Amino acid sequence: MIKARVTVTLKNGVLDPQGKAIEGALGALGFDGIGHVRQGKVFDLELETADKAKAEADLKAMCEKLLANTVIENYSITLA
Amino acid sequence: MKSAVVQLPGLNRDRDMIAALTKISGKAPVTVWQTETEIPDVDLIVIPGGFSYGDYLRCGAIAARMPVMQAIKAKAEQGVRVLGVCNGFQILVESGLLPGALMRNTSLKFVCREVKLEVANADTAFTRAYANGQVIRSPVAHHDGNYFADPETLKAIEGNGQVVFRYAEGTNPNGSINDIAGVMNAKGNVLGMMPHPENLIEAAHGGSDGRGLFASALDVIAA
Repeated sequence: MIKARVTVTLKNGVLDPQGKAIEGALGALGFDGIGHVRQGKVFDLELETADKAKAEADLKAMCEKLLANTVIENYSITLA
Repeated sequence: MKSAVVQLPGLNRDRDMIAALTKISGKAPVTVWQTETEIPDVDLIVIPGGFSYGDYLRCGAIAARMPVMQAIKAKAEQGVRVLGVCNGFQILVESGLLPGALMRNTSLKFVCREVKLEVANADTAFTRAYANGQVIRSPVAHHDGNYFADPETLKAIEGNGQVVFRYAEGTNPNGSINDIAGVMNAKGNVLGMMPHPENLIEAAHGGSDGRGLFASALDVIAA
């Protein structure tokens, strides 16, 4: 079994109102000098295979087809 | 003309849409469940609004991967008209049938109110009953209606007349780029829009500004 983590983040230039609100809230808590807060998503998955190359190929397909919206999001894959 | 309304778990505006299509065309639409792989012979397919799959992952993301969407894509390629309203619009962009993406409203709030819409292109199968530049009223109700497209895509859709509706008179409720409220595909037979024209079609609704869209799409433009 292979454990994997997929991280999905907004592309540069895409407005992130949630990130902006979080940035404001951090400022309100007294954390100074915080800029460019961007919110993303993390997916932890288990794949029933020992073949790392296949796992990576499958994960890439999952990202392209469902986990990320590549119009607005980038993704990265790490295997444990 | 015959129409169909798509049904998925979590869509809840299907009844309003069925009522509007029935009243305007005189015929009840057929309903198509998400697992169907074939769509009956109809002239207009409508994906109504709601919260398909609880808006999990991204609004419309999971619905867009259901079998019925492959059938809708095939019909759209044949030239059948497809209309997506609200969550239906989100499903159409997630499926790739329409360009761009719909993001969280810049206010981060769910908006439920009436807006003004400018008909940015009246030369379409969906807007023939209106005039270019005409401003109509329409209800909106959504949390993720903030239309986004990269600069290249935006230039293309603006240049091709694919922007069909814009929020008018400072009523943009969600921060949409270029005030975009409704977009169609390059071929002109697939339209997605965040506002709910089906909720303003008769006196009991307080107006009938939305009627022209269905009259156009169903080829029943009233004299």
